Amino acid sequence: MSGADMSGSGSDTPLVFIEVRRGAATPGSLALLATARRLAGAAAAVVCGPDSEHVARTLPGYGADEVWFADQPTFDAELPGPIIDAVAGLIVARGFATVLLETSVAAVEIAASLSARFDAGVNWDLQDVEMRDGQMVGTRLALGDTVVIDVGWTGEPRLASFRLGVGEPVEQQVPGSVQRLEPSISSRALRTTIHERRDSTHEGAQLVDAAVIVAGGRGVRDAASLQLLEALASALGGMVAVSMPLVDRGWYPVSAQVGQTGQKVRPRLYIACGISGSLAHRVGMEKSGTIIAINSDPSASIFGLCDAGVVGDLHEVVPELTRLIRARRAAEASAAG
Amino acid sequence: MGAKICVCLKVVPRAEVQLRIEEATHRLDRSGASELNPADEYAIEEALSIAASLDAEVVAVSMVPLSGVETLRHALALGVDRVVAISDVSLAGADMVVTSRVLAKFLEREAPDVIVLGSQAMDGRGAMLGGAIGQHMDLPVMSGVRSARVEGGRLRATRLSADGEVVLETTMPCVVALSGSANVPRYPSFRDIVTSKRKDISVISAADLGLVPSESGPAGSRTHVIGIAPRPVRQADAEIFVGEDGAAAFLVGVLDRAGLT
Ligand SMILES: Cc1cc2nc3c(=O)[nH]c(=O)nc-3n(C[C@H](O)[C@H](O)[C@H](O)COP(=O)(O)OP(=O)(O)OC[C@H]3O[C@@H](n4cnc5c(N)ncnc54)[C@H](O)[C@@H]3O)c2cc1C
Ligand SMILES: Nc1ncnc2c1ncn2[C@@H]1O[C@H](COP(=O)(O)O)[C@@H](O)[C@H]1O
Repeated sequence: MSGADMSGSGSDTPLVFIEVRRGAATPGSLALLATARRLAGAAAAVVCGPDSEHVARTLPGYGADEVWFADQPTFDAELPGPIIDAVAGLIVARGFATVLLETSVAAVEIAASLSARFDAGVNWDLQDVEMRDGQMVGTRLALGDTVVIDVGWTGEPRLASFRLGVGEPVEQQVPGSVQRLEPSISSRALRTTIHERRDSTHEGAQLVDAAVIVAGGRGVRDAASLQLLEALASALGGMVAVSMPLVDRGWYPVSAQVGQTGQKVRPRLYIACGISGSLAHRVGMEKSGTIIAINSDPSASIFGLCDAGVVGDLHEVVPELTRLIRARRAAEASAAG
Repeated sequence: MGAKICVCLKVVPRAEVQLRIEEATHRLDRSGASELNPADEYAIEEALSIAASLDAEVVAVSMVPLSGVETLRHALALGVDRVVAISDVSLAGADMVVTSRVLAKFLEREAPDVIVLGSQAMDGRGAMLGGAIGQHMDLPVMSGVRSARVEGGRLRATRLSADGEVVLETTMPCVVALSGSANVPRYPSFRDIVTSKRKDISVISAADLGLVPSESGPAGSRTHVIGIAPRPVRQADAEIFVGEDGAAAFLVGVLDRAGLT
């Protein structure tokens, strides 16, 4: 409790909104604790949801000096309403002047709502924040990542929303206080309820473990052409993934979707077929080992990300590649005899 | 009184226009050709389908420079009943807080049953307006929505979750912000396009909404751009092969060198 009760400790220390997925803090939000320490030499954190006490106790291990959690039954990762009230209440009570969040559907809704509630500026898509001549400055990439923009805030609190996948968590144990919040929840927040949850099948978990992924995007002509990708994946001992548009068309299950709203994967080899490389897809696969792109559009942004690429029609290149790899495997098998 | 659905539309530079930020103002150059923000065609489609089930009127609103107002006619061709443009030089340079306040002022007057937004604007890419509008108007918000329909007087929406899908339900009026591609937008027929030319788009100012300059435009903004610099170019070290003939052999070579075959 020591640090938490000292007057003035609140306002200079950035508050980090911690997101929970599958019972643990997301790497992106843990990374923001390190960002906060670099900015101000201290970090505060807030985490909400049924598992949040357990998660809260892990946060001093990543540099959080003060941690608040809210685990009442109204809190659920799918329902940002009560979380907004809890975070807003904390900002008011402790006078936080800076709030750092990552980018997810929920975090974006939370940042937007706080912005309107406090008439506070929110700069999004940030790569980093730093102090310059006593002012907080955010840096971001824009215009297809061709320019770097420095941005600032007028007034407080300053809301900073970070691009997915920037920064890594840093393990640094600090003493840290952990306290339960007892927030008051507005009637607005209680109007939205969960009607049903539909968990997807087991395939998703396997995709995360696959060493080789062959992924299809909008450039895949029709649902039947996905078989070309399946054949290549099977020749390489891998799995097929897709970008969101193909899930939306009903060509593949959502469990096979890679990207911002899908799985985050890092296989040894990722072959992107007919995928433009939008940010939303990139964040799900850019940490893969070797990235190969096959795309007929030479200006597709995936070519700026891949290790090797072919500008050409995937419907011709993929079957030929499958044939060569099968031939190679067959030759190896007979040589091993 | 009949039911009403409002849909928020942004006019953005055409996809093929190279985006440019003006040196002097640090604002996006909006002088070139424009189009309806692609994600907003899904918003119109979703608004029309919700409206069909309620026999509701569909009203579109956009905060847009005068030069972009005609671009909104596409919404009329798609079946939107009425389009209102909030156009005012004082609004140039509005950040998200200001934009959400201006739109909320208009939406409060219209008092719709459902407010639909696209997933994000292709220029600003904040995806924040829905959440902010809901806060200003004290309405529940559901975002990242893939489909929405009215069920027993409540709005039911499906969206992706970390573990699959989740179906949310809320009271109306409410705000619905969609996910990337929620539905299949319709194409206007030739007749729809011709008819749309005869309809009026009403243009109103910030003052018409009772907004004073300190709340709208740059003075109300809480974010600002300090400076812009070209990004130090990262030398692309990718090996690129052009054409289909020999491409597969080239890729096998790449896999061999990476020790992946
Ligand atoms: C490159 C760039 C970066 C920017 N960064 C920031 C920033 O970090 N912080 C900030 O506060 N502002 C920023 N702005 C300004 C911001 O884009 C505008 O204030 C904008 O009106 C709201 O945000 P958005 O464009 O991200 O829209 P989004 O929130 O992404 O749009 C979501 C949906 O809202 C609706 N909508 C969007 N704009 C309008 C409109 N004008 N009229 C009616 N409906 C609309 C549409 O349905 C759209 O699909 C930025 C602008 C640009 C061009
Ligand atoms: N003259 C104007 N009238 C109304 N809205 C505008 C005007 N200029 C820009 N906007 C809108 O204000 C927001 C911010 O614009 P900008 O500062 O150009 O990025 C965008 O939603 C624009 O569509």
